[in-house]
Amino acid sequence: MSAVDHAPHEHVVLTSEGDQELKPRSALGPAELLREVGSVLRMSEAEAAELTVEEADPSEDQTMIINMGPQHPSTHGVLRLMLELQGERVLRCKPIVGYLHTGMEKQGEELTYLQGGTNVTRMDYASPLANELVFSMAVEKLLGIDGDIPERAVWMRMLLSEINRMASHLLFLATNGLDLGAVSMILYGWREREEVLRFLQKVTGLRMNHNFIRPGGLAADMPAGWRDDVLRLLDLITPRLEEYDILLTGQPIWRERLQGVGVITPQEALALGVTGPILRSTGFAWDLRRDQPYLHYDEMEFDVVVGSYGDCFDRYAIRLNEVRESMRIVRQILDRMPAGDYRIQDKKITPPPRARIDESMEALIHHFKIFTEGFRVPEGEVYVAVESPRGEIGCYIVSDGTARPYRMHIRAPSFVNLQALPHMMRGGLIADGVAIISSVDPILGEVDR
Amino acid sequence: MGIKEMMDEGMAGLDHNIITGRLEDLVKWARARSSWPATFGLACCAIEMMGAGAAHYDLARFGMEVFRASPRQADIMIVAGRVSQKMAPVLRQVYDQMAEPKWVISMGVCASSGGMFNNYAIVQGVDQVVPVDVYTPGCPPSPETLIHSITTLHTLIQNGEIMRRRGETGRGADVLVEDVPASTSVPVSLTR
Amino acid sequence: MPDDPTDAQRAEGDTTAPAPGVAEVHGCPTSESRGQLVVHPSPEEYLALLRALLDDGYHVCVDLCAVDYLTSESARRLPDGVGAERFEVVVNLLDMAARRRIRVRVQVPEADAVLPSTFELWPGTEAMEREVFDMFGISFEGHPDLTRILMPEDWVGHPLRKDYAVGRIPVQFSPGHADPVAGSPGQLP
Repeated sequence: MSAVDHAPHEHVVLTSEGDQELKPRSALGPAELLREVGSVLRMSEAEAAELTVEEADPSEDQTMIINMGPQHPSTHGVLRLMLELQGERVLRCKPIVGYLHTGMEKQGEELTYLQGGTNVTRMDYASPLANELVFSMAVEKLLGIDGDIPERAVWMRMLLSEINRMASHLLFLATNGLDLGAVSMILYGWREREEVLRFLQKVTGLRMNHNFIRPGGLAADMPAGWRDDVLRLLDLITPRLEEYDILLTGQPIWRERLQGVGVITPQEALALGVTGPILRSTGFAWDLRRDQPYLHYDEMEFDVVVGSYGDCFDRYAIRLNEVRESMRIVRQILDRMPAGDYRIQDKKITPPPRARIDESMEALIHHFKIFTEGFRVPEGEVYVAVESPRGEIGCYIVSDGTARPYRMHIRAPSFVNLQALPHMMRGGLIADGVAIISSVDPILGEVDR
Repeated sequence: MGIKEMMDEGMAGLDHNIITGRLEDLVKWARARSSWPATFGLACCAIEMMGAGAAHYDLARFGMEVFRASPRQADIMIVAGRVSQKMAPVLRQVYDQMAEPKWVISMGVCASSGGMFNNYAIVQGVDQVVPVDVYTPGCPPSPETLIHSITTLHTLIQNGEIMRRRGETGRGADVLVEDVPASTSVPVSLTR
Repeated sequence: MPDDPTDAQRAEGDTTAPAPGVAEVHGCPTSESRGQLVVHPSPEEYLALLRALLDDGYHVCVDLCAVDYLTSESARRLPDGVGAERFEVVVNLLDMAARRRIRVRVQVPEADAVLPSTFELWPGTEAMEREVFDMFGISFEGHPDLTRILMPEDWVGHPLRKDYAVGRIPVQFSPGHADPVAGSPGQLP
């Protein structure tokens, strides 16, 4: 056993992040103080006047700055929060991120476009297919084949996206319950999620980080018997969601802990760039599937679930009902899934079927070139966005005509949504802070990339 | 045969007679059966670790369903996910705060070797920061693989192998388990 | 669908400058990239253009990122009159009422890598600008808290620049452990 024993103050020095941390109020300029207090600029004068900092807050020697995380059971990953507290009340909050920074955007410049999916899928690891979808759509747009993807591939992509949304929201329900003390929710949520993951494993080969949606289509066709599996999944989950309603939605303690907590207004959400269930909880109905449709969402009948109060309860209820809406979409897809190719038959982009490699020299060469060198993508830049379970996920790719992206940037919804956290936490208790972090549902993999 | 050996290696350092030998076995049996993991879920592997703790794969049957947030109360640190440069000192701090005896499972390829992220941002193997006892391959390892590595660790704890090896080299046990393919069987119908 | 489209065939007509029908937006030249309208202000015009776009209805700043064009000049096509510089800051805006997007690309010289901050216009750009500062070293005047966000505070260098190697860097925190992990770093194929 290594005999290195650090004195406590040395640990603090080693793990401190200097200027990134929350500084005492006396050390801050006015703009930074306002920002940490959570005021969102572009408010009207009347609104700004309500948010006075100097008179309402106690003096600094009556408050305490504490650290929460990055290793903490309730921070949903390696999120570090520094809070200035007066007793239990949160005055200021500053999230410090970067503890999961993986250099994925730099890594993306070293990987070919076919390998890019493996990189991108590990960003938002609760809904990996959404990352793969947006990356593939961006590459297809650069290639100019975004109108030529076969119908079956498009419908399959939609099916898998919605099933992924169900799995991600079930994870949210599980962790939200756990964070608020309804510990059995994590077992129930995971029980349903296991069934979804089992289906995804049957289709894609992996439970997570599937690398299944690729530029040009998908990696493989749906397996035999998939319709029965999907129907069984839907029949299983529908009554379970009603169990969650009985367990949580109407329950007084649940409501007390969530209603009126972490309120955000639509103007603030828009100013901060917040999208997804958080924006919809404020009453602003914006869902890319309906408002800037991609795939065949414009032909699907589904409702965009919207809240009224902008609090944590609305966000919980929205995600619960989005599972129902996703199931509705999945039923429509089941009826309408066409036969056909699961990927575009462009020999330059799509690897040939494995059997063909033994028969045709040309197929062998194409396979070799695609998997070693990679296919080249014409020059240009493109930004594509889809609706992930957390909000708008976008992919900005700059191509220089070679087989690797010159710049690959993912606009991660959780990265932007986290900016709403200080705003929502101000004035609440620490216990409310846990509820708020949970309702924002950040995935730190995509925050830090 | 002395106080020094007992302080370094616990009861294993004593020359055992029939009574203390049995007691030592009992202690090792208890340690193996109720080792509590410290929460160190970082990335995608954390989701699979939670899945392993959930009802279907059920770590509770190995005595490990209580993930202790406080390192003082934890025995095993399962490093689940990629460790970034910013996180490495935090990892070491949490490891140092754990009380002996403690063990480390490095879950997944990112923790074991940096995984697919061979770049400036990721520590290439968590064994650069803490001594690792069991390496678990997979990206992410399925819950069955994680359980395989946990039971491997438990076997080593119960044999006393681990405490002896730790004393010699100062490193962890460095055991690599095989990947267990996730099962695809149809689930038992949960009708009521 | 052609049997075997070549790259040249695909690349034709995909980016045009100026954008068809829209020669300029608020006095700044435009181009069109895969169907998306792109505006190219100079660093002096940048903030005024964004303010004008905000007044036009682009109430949400979806994304603010940067690109380092050090090693490739062929990757981008700029309209006439826009001088290419090493860095480019790319801002994607969204007008939800009209369901339209617009992209703003401003050239930032390496010698004077400073832009005005858009924090006053869209507070949500605060974290995005910090990330650009951290990854590229471009500063934003008027930003309330311009510190690193993803890398540790004492990190040297800006990782996403093209002259910053992707390669393996020895772990910064090593408590006396004997050997680093053996094996060559290599670049992925």
